[in-house]
Amino acid sequence: MSTLIVPPHVPSVAEDCEQLHKAFEGWGTNERLIISILAHRNAGQRKAIRHAYAETYGKDLLKDLDKELSSDFERLVLLWTLDPPERDAVLTDEATKKWTKSNQVLVEIACTRPSKGLILVREAYHSRFKRSLEEDVAYHTTGDFRKLLLPLVSSYRYEGDEVNLRLAKSEAKILHEKIKGKHYSDDDVIRIVATRSKAQVNATLNEYKNEFGNDIIKDLEHDDDNEFLPILKATFECLVYPENYFEKVLREAINKRGTDEGALTRVVATRAEVDLKIIKDLYHKRNSVPLHRAIVKDTHGDYEKMLVALIGEDDA
Amino acid sequence: MAAADEFGVLTKAFTGLGVDEKSLISILGKWHPEHKQSFRKTTRDIFIEDERQFERWDDRHVQKLQQEFLRFKDAVVLWTMHPWERDARLLWEAVYKGPKYGILVEIACTRSSEELLGARRAYHSLFEHSIEEDIAFHIHSFEKKLLVGLVSAYRYEGPKYGEEVAKSEAKILKNVIKDGAKKLHEEEEIVRILTTRSKLHLKAVFKHYKETSGNYLDEDLGDHLILKQTVQCLCKPETYFTEVLDVSLKGIGHDFAKEALTRVIVTRADVDLKLIKEEYHHLSGFTLSHKIEEIANGNFKDFLLTLIARGDQEN
Repeated sequence: MSTLIVPPHVPSVAEDCEQLHKAFEGWGTNERLIISILAHRNAGQRKAIRHAYAETYGKDLLKDLDKELSSDFERLVLLWTLDPPERDAVLTDEATKKWTKSNQVLVEIACTRPSKGLILVREAYHSRFKRSLEEDVAYHTTGDFRKLLLPLVSSYRYEGDEVNLRLAKSEAKILHEKIKGKHYSDDDVIRIVATRSKAQVNATLNEYKNEFGNDIIKDLEHDDDNEFLPILKATFECLVYPENYFEKVLREAINKRGTDEGALTRVVATRAEVDLKIIKDLYHKRNSVPLHRAIVKDTHGDYEKMLVALIGEDDA
Repeated sequence: MAAADEFGVLTKAFTGLGVDEKSLISILGKWHPEHKQSFRKTTRDIFIEDERQFERWDDRHVQKLQQEFLRFKDAVVLWTMHPWERDARLLWEAVYKGPKYGILVEIACTRSSEELLGARRAYHSLFEHSIEEDIAFHIHSFEKKLLVGLVSAYRYEGPKYGEEVAKSEAKILKNVIKDGAKKLHEEEEIVRILTTRSKLHLKAVFKHYKETSGNYLDEDLGDHLILKQTVQCLCKPETYFTEVLDVSLKGIGHDFAKEALTRVIVTRADVDLKLIKEEYHHLSGFTLSHKIEEIANGNFKDFLLTLIARGDQEN
């Protein structure tokens, strides 16, 4: 469920362009105007605005935004304005070039997007970076991480609901055995998590719980020293409980000393048009405070206003 | 036609690739029972004397004959099918009726990025699984990693590539091969380079490899057939297809060598068959059409020859 609020009567694309252009004129920038427009337009509308802006003023809206804005607010506006596949391409490019073992962005994008969505990301990646996502991931990651991340970003999972229960039972058993033996990056574990359909993985995890008593996520929590485990855990979470995963990322970003703006920006910008409403409700339930209140407490200025607008809590 | 000649024509109609329907109709259609009996009694390779005193058709030959009657139908079906469905079905057969690694490599590496994606999509529709999950599950050999990687690739197809990176990757390959590892197809860097780099990039790697080592990469990988095929399919598919045709036309080998003839001609007819024809001529000294005239029959033969002739019209 989306949190994006688009006004019932949207100005014409030409009007929006003109207003945005006005917002950049003269000394300083009218950030409020920018938020009031961009934070209330869906992906199709934003694309039309970018196109019309380029035709009318001969300039790329994103470049002008980049010139006029700064810091966290700028990053949020830029990421938000991009078309979702292009946005994900930018995020994966960053995650790859500045890859560290604790970086979960590649897993997040590879596993929470629908199959077709991931293909669109890979297409956008070709266009923008003149290479394939998988060649960059393969080149920049190593060892067990590459073993998991490469098939994850290359997957084109079947998207049907059909589930083979016998297979789910036998693969739950395999997972249990490998996890018990601490073989977290075993070939079969990777195979199951990187190639099976989401419905099949879901069924497998249900069988796992039925047969062995625990949620697989719980069983993956025991080895604090293992650097690979959090990535494997995130993979399962992203595949079958994405809203839980995103709620956790938000919670940790906000609770962190000084706030992790990178994560906060990324989750809000990428989920506002997808399932941020569900995530918001989960956040409220888990933390006893509404998300927008936590954001207001933790951030300020135009960055705060843009976030609040995207989660549907401004008065626009 | 004299009786002996007719027997000869009929025997030929029943052997080789495809079946000579015209001859069957014109000869068999007019034969009386005694002619047929005479044919059965004298054609010992096809009919054997049963202990209960009748000439019995050799079971294996009947089976082969059934296959040969179907060869034309299979060619027509393959030709008419949407390429995505066609490739998805070929992939499925390669996994479940084999495993035939060569076909998996062929399809994953000689199709364009969009065509391979299309085949993966069709595979979803037809088999309710992804191709990568089926390969990963059913193939247990060391080639698995390479095959899953090849079939999952969505390679960049633009003009840009890194010359310096290509040079350094040629060097990496040189070193890995020189070390003489037994299981080259498990070597991480080889798999990484072959399963993720763009075809243009790989052609540059191939070129640098030749310049620095004096050898062709696919030849140096000769002991590992699957790697050799991978490099050929990615960098010079005409060479790969020419070799497949050569084997299948020599008539040696298993049934899937004969199937390969249909597959290559039907799948490459509108792509690079002209190039393949030239290379085949260069390799064998014969023209492709000439060879097909020699060993194929009837409608099957005519169909293949028609497809081959298309290439000539296009230029």
